[in-house]
Amino acid sequence: MNDLQPIIEATNIKKIYGMGDIQVAALAGVDVRIDPGEFVAVMGPSGSGKSTLMNILGCLDRATEGTYLLAGEDVSGLDKAQLAEIRNRKIGFIFQSYNLLPRTTALKNVMLPLVYRRGNGLSHSEREEKAKAALAAVGLADRMQHEPHEMSGGQQQRVAIARALINDPVLILADEPTGNLDSRSGEEIMALLHDLHAKGSTILMVTHESDIAEQTERTIHMLDGVIEQVVQNGDGGEV
Amino acid sequence: MSVSEVFNIAWEGIIRNKVRSLLTMLGVIIGVAAVIIMIAISAGTEAAIAEQIQGLGSNLAFIQASFGRGRPGSGDTSAMLVYEDTEVVESVPGVIGTTVDQTTTQTVKVQGNTLTDVPVVGTTSDFPSVRDVDIAQGRFFNETEVDRKAKVAVLGSNLATELFGDSDPIGQQITVDNTKLTVIGVADDKGVVGSTDFDAQLYTPITVLFDKFIPSQFARFMGNRVRIIYAEIDEDADMEQVLTQIQLKLATSKDVPVDELSFTIQTQQDIIDTQGATTEAFRSLLAWVAAVSLIVGGIGIMNIMLVSVTERTREIGIRQSVGATPNDIRWQFLTEALMLSLVGGLIGVFVGVGGSWLFGATSDMRTVIVPTSILLAFGSAAAVGIFFGFYPANKAAQLDPIEALRHE
Repeated sequence: MNDLQPIIEATNIKKIYGMGDIQVAALAGVDVRIDPGEFVAVMGPSGSGKSTLMNILGCLDRATEGTYLLAGEDVSGLDKAQLAEIRNRKIGFIFQSYNLLPRTTALKNVMLPLVYRRGNGLSHSEREEKAKAALAAVGLADRMQHEPHEMSGGQQQRVAIARALINDPVLILADEPTGNLDSRSGEEIMALLHDLHAKGSTILMVTHESDIAEQTERTIHMLDGVIEQVVQNGDGGEV
Repeated sequence: MSVSEVFNIAWEGIIRNKVRSLLTMLGVIIGVAAVIIMIAISAGTEAAIAEQIQGLGSNLAFIQASFGRGRPGSGDTSAMLVYEDTEVVESVPGVIGTTVDQTTTQTVKVQGNTLTDVPVVGTTSDFPSVRDVDIAQGRFFNETEVDRKAKVAVLGSNLATELFGDSDPIGQQITVDNTKLTVIGVADDKGVVGSTDFDAQLYTPITVLFDKFIPSQFARFMGNRVRIIYAEIDEDADMEQVLTQIQLKLATSKDVPVDELSFTIQTQQDIIDTQGATTEAFRSLLAWVAAVSLIVGGIGIMNIMLVSVTERTREIGIRQSVGATPNDIRWQFLTEALMLSLVGGLIGVFVGVGGSWLFGATSDMRTVIVPTSILLAFGSAAAVGIFFGFYPANKAAQLDPIEALRHE
């Protein structure tokens, strides 16, 4: 798989806040390369810049400096609307707090990215079919008409995963996906992520639990806005 | 995103917050209903006035002495309108008939039954035709009776019932003030025209009225003063020309130049026009009130939309994270504001139409629902929604996705 171009190729990413003389560098020059099919964890204490990095890699924010190629496409200079489109087509988000629309059924939540997908030419019923399939794939075929408050945390996170996958993204960004879950639900979600990884998805996951991070191929440790070290996990890792 | 999707999302946003949506719409509902009801009232008033003026009689001209001129004893007899002038007016070709009416209130007695404050109208034999009053029973007095000051009376329908109940009033004697009059006829129902209740009046020859009820010491020298002379003009005659002729003849008979003649001659059309100008002013006042209430409604929408944007910041963040562009968000909130005002407008139309009907049915005021007012109100509501929805929608569109997602 390494002969393909990398999914993430970020070079010398800097994010500097503040104005005038007082400037704070949340990211002080970070290089990240992630190849297709990799499962990578990001760890670091709060304030280490891992959230800022995730926001930039997720195209929710723009770097002050540096270049970022997402699946070969330079997204460094894109405007808000263009970034939104990139998020829609190429990235699937899984958040710690699920971030489902309240008072909206699981089915409609999963369909949401399709609504904002430009020029996909799918009819409403085709979208519904696609969303139903995605929900079935995460084991929620019987929960489609349930609203978030009627579901357990684990179920809500699975809805979020179905939503993240609906547009066949090149990259899945998971921000503490098990952080709000009990250990059993957390294991289920991790199993789901491993499953996706096995099927070829590229996953970048922020976590503060080292045992979760160790389940991935590689862990990037952040500190004070730079990458402190990169650790290969387990046996299957390659540099 | 397709238009139907934008509407779908906006509609779901409204449905998800039913109570708040309803409260938001309240301002627009009231505004739109106010526009429709107010226009219905002013149109109803206008129609009622036009009808009343038509009800005065057909093709009438009114000759009136101008205010403040020609007081008895001022020596300026030229400016006084007197009973004898009716003959001058009547001699003008094109004038079919003339009548005068002079009213006084008197106490009427019959067989121990006493009514006070009965309007007693002194008039001439042409009154029924000029003023469109039909005689139900008996007859109206004729010219000879007027000339000879015959002591006769014709009763309005309600007055006849009040005085005589079910018994036949024709030929009965009644006492008005201290004068005995013989009832010779009863008028048909005509109702209230202007401020005059035709059915409560008693008619008697004007000569009798001058003689018995409002004697004037000046009458001997100057004739009996009247307030107004009604002239019925032949429909085929040229109204303008007839009016000019009346002025010329009156001027000649008073021996003054025409431009010093202090009478005003009005036609029904003049009065309708005057009333039209009045209701026009009334209507534009109402339009302003309605416009203000719509603007207030719009500000209400803006307020709630701003609150809604703040409350739904996280929702906006979620939408942004899955690919909603600033324009998508802008359209969502703009459409929501538009739909709120349109749905509010629609409810307002129902309330307005229902309210107008109810108002007309339960009060003395008449209401006429004007279809264009519905369009106007509905259109303004939509415009208000877009105008006041724009600021909140822009605010929502400019939210930063990271901040929005972090919002609790």
